[in-house]
Amino acid sequence: MANPLQQFEIVPKIPLEVGGYDISFTNSSIWMVVVLTLAAGIMFLGVRKMSLVPGRWQNLAELLYETIEETLVSSAGAEARKFVPIMLTVFLFILLANLVGLVPYSFTVTSHIIVTLAMALVGFSAIVIIGFIKQGPGFLKMFMPSGVPIPMLILLVPIEIVSFFIRPITLSVRLFANMMAGHVLLKVFAGFVISLGVFGIVPLIGIVAMTALEVLIAVLQAYVFTVLICVYLNDALHAHH
Amino acid sequence: MEVEAAKYIGAGLACIALVGAGAGIGSIFGNYLAGAMRNPSAAEGQRTNLLLGFALTEATGLFGLLIALLILFG
Repeated sequence: MANPLQQFEIVPKIPLEVGGYDISFTNSSIWMVVVLTLAAGIMFLGVRKMSLVPGRWQNLAELLYETIEETLVSSAGAEARKFVPIMLTVFLFILLANLVGLVPYSFTVTSHIIVTLAMALVGFSAIVIIGFIKQGPGFLKMFMPSGVPIPMLILLVPIEIVSFFIRPITLSVRLFANMMAGHVLLKVFAGFVISLGVFGIVPLIGIVAMTALEVLIAVLQAYVFTVLICVYLNDALHAHH
Repeated sequence: MEVEAAKYIGAGLACIALVGAGAGIGSIFGNYLAGAMRNPSAAEGQRTNLLLGFALTEATGLFGLLIALLILFG
């Protein structure tokens, strides 16, 4: 049976090396370009012919925009409205990367921890900077729960600090583990189809059902990633109580 | 013990993490259904939270599965 992790292999398509760094254009890069083109294409088609009664594409674009705006405003308040474009970009990129990855013979960009960790770290650093700009040194108060007796603080402050700095790691591992585990599961079951011969129809039905579940998970994980960044943004914008 | 055998045992042990995920997901959907039966009009508004909870819980189980896969194929 072929190694189910083979699908995640990164193959350089156009080898490039600058100053000792390997910056080859890989299959991952190709699919990233595909995802970005799709995201830009959907939004471009959506705003091409703006009308009061939205057409199909405009409807889709408005649906995506309004979902993200509603999520952001409900979790981080009305002043977070100016972050809608970046959140929509993050959401669309992850969503399309997850969905494109489900197409056979394609490559899942988000199944590599480096991609998700980079996105999570950028979001995390931006939130820390926004927090210090908005609240100044008072931002550090979020590590100190109010109304707690001082002996307890000795225990609680380190926990709060650790749980704050572990956020980008859990955020990225969650997305990457979901994508990787789902694809490995599909590949392992696909191996059963061949080895079982005629009875392979049973795992085949399983694969069809699991692919449907994977579509749900692809959408959910993109949403969860966005929602959690929104929730973290709330900490930066509003003083902790 | 052979390294290969220890690998398989370790991978199997790592999959125990999925027990917690299963119990958690069951608890989420069970409680959601119980709540929805009591107050069906409020159920629609909580569906986002339901799916969010499901995704978060499922991910913790997958961390274990990930370790198992890394042991097996890594």
